[in-house]
Amino acid sequence: MTQRLPTRMGDGSLTEMTRSEIKAELEEGTQAAVTRGKVPPLAQDELDHLLDIFASAARFTGVDIGDEVVLSKDGSGTPQLGSRVDALYACEQVLAHDTVELFHIDYSYKAVKTIVPFEQQLMKEAQERVTVPVHYGAQPDLGRYSTPDGPCGNWSELLPQMKIDEARAAQEEAVELAVADMVYVAESLWDAGADGLNFDTAGAAGDADFLATLRAVETLRDRHPDMGIMVGMAAEVVLGTHGRLEYRGTRLAGLKPAGQLAVVQQAGATVYGPAVNTNTSKSVAWNTARALSFVKPCMAAAQIPIHMNVGMGVGGMPMYGFAPVDAVSRASRACVDILRLDGL
Amino acid sequence: MFGMDVAHSCASGLNGLRAAGDLVARLQMAKGMRITEAKRYVADKLGVTPRDLSDNQAMHERRGELRLGRVFETESTYYADPSPLEAKWHISELLELPINSVERLKMGLSTGYPVAGRAGRAT
Repeated sequence: MTQRLPTRMGDGSLTEMTRSEIKAELEEGTQAAVTRGKVPPLAQDELDHLLDIFASAARFTGVDIGDEVVLSKDGSGTPQLGSRVDALYACEQVLAHDTVELFHIDYSYKAVKTIVPFEQQLMKEAQERVTVPVHYGAQPDLGRYSTPDGPCGNWSELLPQMKIDEARAAQEEAVELAVADMVYVAESLWDAGADGLNFDTAGAAGDADFLATLRAVETLRDRHPDMGIMVGMAAEVVLGTHGRLEYRGTRLAGLKPAGQLAVVQQAGATVYGPAVNTNTSKSVAWNTARALSFVKPCMAAAQIPIHMNVGMGVGGMPMYGFAPVDAVSRASRACVDILRLDGL
Repeated sequence: MFGMDVAHSCASGLNGLRAAGDLVARLQMAKGMRITEAKRYVADKLGVTPRDLSDNQAMHERRGELRLGRVFETESTYYADPSPLEAKWHISELLELPINSVERLKMGLSTGYPVAGRAGRAT
């Protein structure tokens, strides 16, 4: 009887598959990326290596000694670790993070703007207590600028009404406001000693959201040559909620990781974080193969470090808040072994 | 946090202050250096090989010698080790890399005034 191996689904649930079934999942995952992303499939030796990683009953796996990469952590901390700065210190001393990130639970630059002095005070304290790099992070979060939360028209309501011009104008107005807020918050935290800024889930509200991020990065790079700037994406494809926006001649709608990387580099970021979302009804093996296929074209073209997003619901990881270590370690190792990433 | 952060740290992380991951990370973030170049740069500055950078035993000793800051346990306190800002000053000099908080400390020490900020501006 063929041995059935424990493995995970994209929702985190444990299941069993034979080695042949896992092999088929990997092949189907890379083909799904080929179809959706117009990217080359993973090579046979890469699929074979992934099969060795996933067709195992071991509880844990890891990269070879010497192959380790930087773990840049967004949103560092958890309520059990005390105050926010206590949490950063614990992440440094106990959890061995390579970087930590001060953040507010309302993870949005627009929201943070109203409490910037208090975030500055915490950053100053963090810099006095923590030795590893401390970044500040939040989301561009362009949707917050539309009614009823903001002053601009709501393009999600205007588009179904076929008010295309009005929806586009609302997004263009929101971009200007978001750029100003992101630059203000970033410079405020830089003034308080931050080692860098993280623009997390860029493009979550579509191409206008991504454009706002790129323009904020461009401004910050121009004014602060030494500032660390990380741009982490929201998804493998930038949605065209506007459809016509460009950055330095590149149309943003529809950009996949390699295209996203190109404009992020042009804007002046120092780290790019591709994100590929998880399909919860498929296995972790399927999702990992698909995610790696999407990101692989970035690796040869990159002039800056690639820190792939491999957190909850992205990069092959289960969409589950309490991630199983067997799935995390497999996805973590697979990303580093296959892509030779610069970090996670 | 256990499942995600600890698992990643153990599976593929350079392990920060416990080894030399924070030093490599600083070059990536500030200079946009890719992993191989950044590891080589840090290894050369520390006088070790790139593979040593994740060896917590070797790095614990080397960090102590160079006063770069390190983790401590109940069994081995380091009251004479540098404070975080002092450690970052040493890291900045070792890597020949400006560190924002250290530059602001230097400016404050040289002028006697706090560095002006966007809120609560000193001047």
